[in-house]
Amino acid sequence: MDKFDKLTAVAAPMPLVNIDTDMIIPKQYLKTIQRVGLGKSLFAEMRYDADGNEIEDFVLNQPAYRKAQILVAGDNFGCGSSREHAPWALKDFGIRCVISTSFADIFHNNCFRNGILPISVSHSDLEKLMDDAERGANATISVDLVTQEIHGPDGGVIKFDIDNFNKHCLLEGLDEIGLTLKKENKVTDFEDARKLDQPWLHT
Amino acid sequence: MGNPRTLYDKIWDSHIVAQQEAEAYILYIDRHLVHEVTSPQAFEGLRVSGRKVRRPEATFAVADHNVPTKDLDKGIQDPESKLQIDTLEANTAEFGVPYFSMTDDRRGIVHIIGPEQGLTLPGMTIVCGDSHTSTHGAFGALAHGIGTSEVEHVLVTQTLVQEKAKNMLIRVDGDLPPGVTAKDLALAIIGQIGTAGGTGHVIEYAGEAVRSLSMEGRMTLCNLTIEAGARAGMVAPDQTTFEYVQGRPYAPKAGAYEQAVAYWKTLKTDEGAHFDTEIVIDANALVPYVTWGTSPEDALPITGYVPHPTEFKDEGKQIAVERALHYMGLRAGTKLTDIEVDHVFVGSCTNGRIEDLREVARIIEGKQVKDSVNAIIVPGSGLVKIQAEEEGLDKIFEAAGFEWRQPGCSMCLAMNPDKLAPGDRCASTSNRNFEGRQGQGGRTHLVSPVMAAAAAITGRLTDVRDLT
Repeated sequence: MDKFDKLTAVAAPMPLVNIDTDMIIPKQYLKTIQRVGLGKSLFAEMRYDADGNEIEDFVLNQPAYRKAQILVAGDNFGCGSSREHAPWALKDFGIRCVISTSFADIFHNNCFRNGILPISVSHSDLEKLMDDAERGANATISVDLVTQEIHGPDGGVIKFDIDNFNKHCLLEGLDEIGLTLKKENKVTDFEDARKLDQPWLHT
Repeated sequence: MGNPRTLYDKIWDSHIVAQQEAEAYILYIDRHLVHEVTSPQAFEGLRVSGRKVRRPEATFAVADHNVPTKDLDKGIQDPESKLQIDTLEANTAEFGVPYFSMTDDRRGIVHIIGPEQGLTLPGMTIVCGDSHTSTHGAFGALAHGIGTSEVEHVLVTQTLVQEKAKNMLIRVDGDLPPGVTAKDLALAIIGQIGTAGGTGHVIEYAGEAVRSLSMEGRMTLCNLTIEAGARAGMVAPDQTTFEYVQGRPYAPKAGAYEQAVAYWKTLKTDEGAHFDTEIVIDANALVPYVTWGTSPEDALPITGYVPHPTEFKDEGKQIAVERALHYMGLRAGTKLTDIEVDHVFVGSCTNGRIEDLREVARIIEGKQVKDSVNAIIVPGSGLVKIQAEEEGLDKIFEAAGFEWRQPGCSMCLAMNPDKLAPGDRCASTSNRNFEGRQGQGGRTHLVSPVMAAAAAITGRLTDVRDLT
């Protein structure tokens, strides 16, 4: 997995609440059997018209935001389906950090597995960051995972929380499966005990 | 005896393999369900790293999202869909994972066949690369959706790294009135707490009205828990659960069954256990619900009106409501029962079981689908289809003007050929009314099976209680 430690980048504002995974990556793009190449389909139904032409108004089509690496979005980002194609598409487009007031649980987990940092902030902090983001390329935002701080373009600092495990994995770019396999003997012990306690689960 | 624990606490505690770091635990997974859309990259990961599936026998696969629901004898026309299904078949063969093939009568939507086959049991941890895995919580299992990286993690290790969620209790007192179903209860809850209302929680549903629900009703309720943002929903197992499970192909056999039931009876929240959030709902006061917008929280009693953006305090929600009104082609203040529909869809993991189909048949028997309405019924599994046909329900559906299809996810998410065209408006028993969910530009109103049947007859959203 790609490491994440610090990022300074343009942030695109998407004030809409409940941006769901169907918006992030519509189902017609879920038929792939690969993880890569989904960036061009990110937000496809908001981003392109019926003929496949870019819709000018859409934030990521505007010159200032075409290279955005941070999204600042309304409440409950990533709700809906478990499709990991959503973070795959964000990552493939270049987004490495999403800031909102809250995230749907599965999407939140999926981000960490793909080297994307989801940050939850208060409503008032989100408002400030949304204002910053609306200033486009003139106002980059810096995210520092080590110190757990967001630095706005005008020097403002916002602290954020993150659990230790995900922080550690992101900073080191760790493979979670490899980590769990180091404790494989504990899984075997668990299964051995289980065969006695609940044998119907191990037939 | 330790501290009093909730049902979720008990299942969580009994599945901890090890602590990984601070709040992150390695949790054992008893059952892993797999489908064609979210698994190919996970199996590819196994191949690349030279890893194996740790317990193929605890894993089960079926194709459901992409499968056509008619003209199956002609094969799968969409090359991408066909590739995904062929890939699943090849992966399950390569890694020794049990699989119901496309020609097996037992195939169907993964969340329908799990319970149907007895793969879903009380006290289990169950995961699947699909958010509606919450369905299986109806059995008093801890069941939730996972992403593809986590699918790979479970395939390899039979575990998942998790943080414990908070406990939420939703107690539903009283009885659901006639015409009001588990679907309406779920929509009412989501309408009340919002699509982020359950975020960070596992919800336990309790109370008289929940106890009175059949297993299928409980599945509908737990299925929609994910639309409230909760990690999982669950109902403590009881006699209704044990009777449903007994005798199913993969359920414990005589001897083991009695031993299992003795354990399952301990799976209930202790008196005095702590819930972080508690919500009480009066079932007696509920009416049929419909959604008007593009989020499941846009749910209102059928007796209501399309809202105006200014009725909402939050600015972000106002923007979303304006956008939803535009997308849905609706004007604020319109009576919900004045909204005309041209499509009706009955099916999905939410409402594609036999009881759902019987309810639809009860409403439409001897009546006709309105000419302007295109109505389809898609059974949740091959066995549901066979059961319905044995009961003669298919004849009732077809006589009324419904199309009777082969099993699959179908128009719930429109990955197969069943989809709405731009501007089409559908009364749907599925679970999501997101923009484009049932087809780009399509407009979805979520309803119960009986409400879908009523809408098919009148050609507009209709209070089933008013139907004579």
